[in-house]
Amino acid sequence: MTQSQLLAIHELEASQPDRAKVDAWMAGRRFPIVEGGRVTFVFRGDADGVTLRHWVYGLESNSALQRIQNTDLWYLVLEVPPGSRVEYKLEIHRNGHSQWIEDPLNPHRARDPFGANSVLQGVGYEVPEWTRPDPLARPGVLEPFAFHSKALGAVRHGHVYLPARFRRTRLYPLMIVHDGSDYLNYASMKTVLDNLIHRLEIPDVIVVFTDSPDRLREYANDERHAKFLTEELVPDLQKRLPLQDRPQSRCLMGASFGGVASLSTAWRYPGFYGRLLLQSGSFAFTDIGRRNRRGPLFDRVVEFVNAFRAEPTAISERVFLSCGVYESLIYENRSLVPLLDGTGMQVKLVEARDGHNWENWRDRLREGLSWLYPGPLMMIYE
Amino acid sequence: MSTPRPPRAIVLLGAQRFDPTLGAAAAELGLDGPIATITAGWQEREGEDSDLHEHLGKRTINLRLHRRADEAFRADPELHAAHRKKQERLRHKQDFYRIRLEHELDANHVIRQRKAPPEILAEEEAASIGAIRLLDEYHLGQCAKVESEFDAAWRPFERDSIARHRHEIAEILRDTVAIAIAGGHVATLLNRLRLFGIAELIDGQVVLAWAAGAMAISDRVVLFHDSPPQGPGASEVLDRGLALCSGVVPLPHPETRLRLDDAERVALMARRFAPARCLAMPAGARITYRDGRFGSPHRVLRLSIDGTRAPVQPTDDLLPEEWA
Repeated sequence: MTQSQLLAIHELEASQPDRAKVDAWMAGRRFPIVEGGRVTFVFRGDADGVTLRHWVYGLESNSALQRIQNTDLWYLVLEVPPGSRVEYKLEIHRNGHSQWIEDPLNPHRARDPFGANSVLQGVGYEVPEWTRPDPLARPGVLEPFAFHSKALGAVRHGHVYLPARFRRTRLYPLMIVHDGSDYLNYASMKTVLDNLIHRLEIPDVIVVFTDSPDRLREYANDERHAKFLTEELVPDLQKRLPLQDRPQSRCLMGASFGGVASLSTAWRYPGFYGRLLLQSGSFAFTDIGRRNRRGPLFDRVVEFVNAFRAEPTAISERVFLSCGVYESLIYENRSLVPLLDGTGMQVKLVEARDGHNWENWRDRLREGLSWLYPGPLMMIYE
Repeated sequence: MSTPRPPRAIVLLGAQRFDPTLGAAAAELGLDGPIATITAGWQEREGEDSDLHEHLGKRTINLRLHRRADEAFRADPELHAAHRKKQERLRHKQDFYRIRLEHELDANHVIRQRKAPPEILAEEEAASIGAIRLLDEYHLGQCAKVESEFDAAWRPFERDSIARHRHEIAEILRDTVAIAIAGGHVATLLNRLRLFGIAELIDGQVVLAWAAGAMAISDRVVLFHDSPPQGPGASEVLDRGLALCSGVVPLPHPETRLRLDDAERVALMARRFAPARCLAMPAGARITYRDGRFGSPHRVLRLSIDGTRAPVQPTDDLLPEEWA
């Protein structure tokens, strides 16, 4: 569709609609309305004003919807590139108050530990089929575990994923996932693992999903956390599970602060983790001064990233990064690539028209996991 | 003891999973006796061969090479440890080869995009292909070195753990008219074929091989997939094969693994492995190797250095490719 073509909302507006016309126009329609690269957000109801609230860095975050005269229909047209996913809410203003709500006309939601947002799926975006349960894929099992960490002085809980055909006589690579419960609950990671293993795109792998009750502290370059993983958890897992004991077979992964925790742990134990999967890592840094614009929560992150940037070394072998181009962290992640690359590590960055959210991280898992751990697909010719 | 005779004929076939043509091929060759089967590429599922047994008229005897290897390693822990170490060395070699290969392939891609006088481009592109070919050869040489060092140090055929099985296999083969080698995990299959020296135990039988089986008995095993999930695929050599039939690179499953309409990729594959001929073998494909020559092609496609592919005709004599 070209820019000059009339949108559905404009046709409606031109017809000087009344309630009946609006009813008829809305019947059977999907919202927001995606017409090529243009998207029409719609709200219907009494209000003094309606505002679109979204999480697209670089785009005006506070855009007002306009009302069609003599109706209770509000709309806003935005240009959204193909393949985009945009999370948003509607802010409804009434009687001097305002309330953020999920779009009642849009069934798509993205969930995270803090709640849910509505999701606009731009033209061409489809939920990858490999993220959905495949009845042909044998399911692996998740076993809960609890581990008392001396370094942290507390018990940490999590789950161990064992692949479907797990056998004690075989040796497996190990992945440790930060924010493990969130990856399982919001990024469908168990389903993804089952499917990718079934399709031979990744090998059978043991995955440990860990959680932290204080992630903003422990994941922000905390020596105790690195020690917990490397000197306590991995040796314990190695005693209990048939794991390949070599750097190439150990991977740390995480998103946002979990990405920082992965990189900083590998930095504290160079050469121990041969694979890193870092999604939308919060790699805040400064070129001058010590305080990043993101605030004190990032101070320890800035300290670490600045130190790494000052003296970058090959701490791992292969590093996969992904980041949404609609999140502000795209700047930090892009900046990191030449730095990592220059050390001799193999680096791959994948960008997506998406934001800082679990579905973005879910959608990048296939490319990341199969690049770090190519499955036997290249070996099997039946 | 008489000298073993080479295979009477070798038939390379496309995938057999959904529409098997193996039985028809065996019938055409007049094979009416017992057929030994090798399904080691199926790994732990090696014994799940009832469909194959039925398809070949219930006259198959599975050589169970995967299970035999497990038994041999259990009986001979020293050999097992040494074998594991060898495999680990090969994995490292493959990893380093892949790092260098990716750079050579990237260089080739960049050169192809450059604008320059045609004669300079042709020279530089040929040099780039030459570098890739050298790297492939180097890697094959490294694999051969690792294998020969292992053989020299451990002489596996002379160890009881292996010799006992080889004797049993030879006894089974004595009464068979053919050996059918199934596909599956090509590295595992090649490994088991080599561990028990199957090439040296063949005594005039016809060999029927498909998918990974066809790859394993050719000169060299080329791993390939043009569209893997992690990005554009780069073909790589895995190892030398058993070289029962020479001069071709069998490429099974071209329907899903090869972008045959991508002239650049087709040309690169053909030039890289020339003078061997790259043969795409879709399901239902068949070609026979007898007395050092290939013939009776059916549904086989040949990849050419000009980037095209064409069905191999019965009248084609499959001359070697000129790559430069």
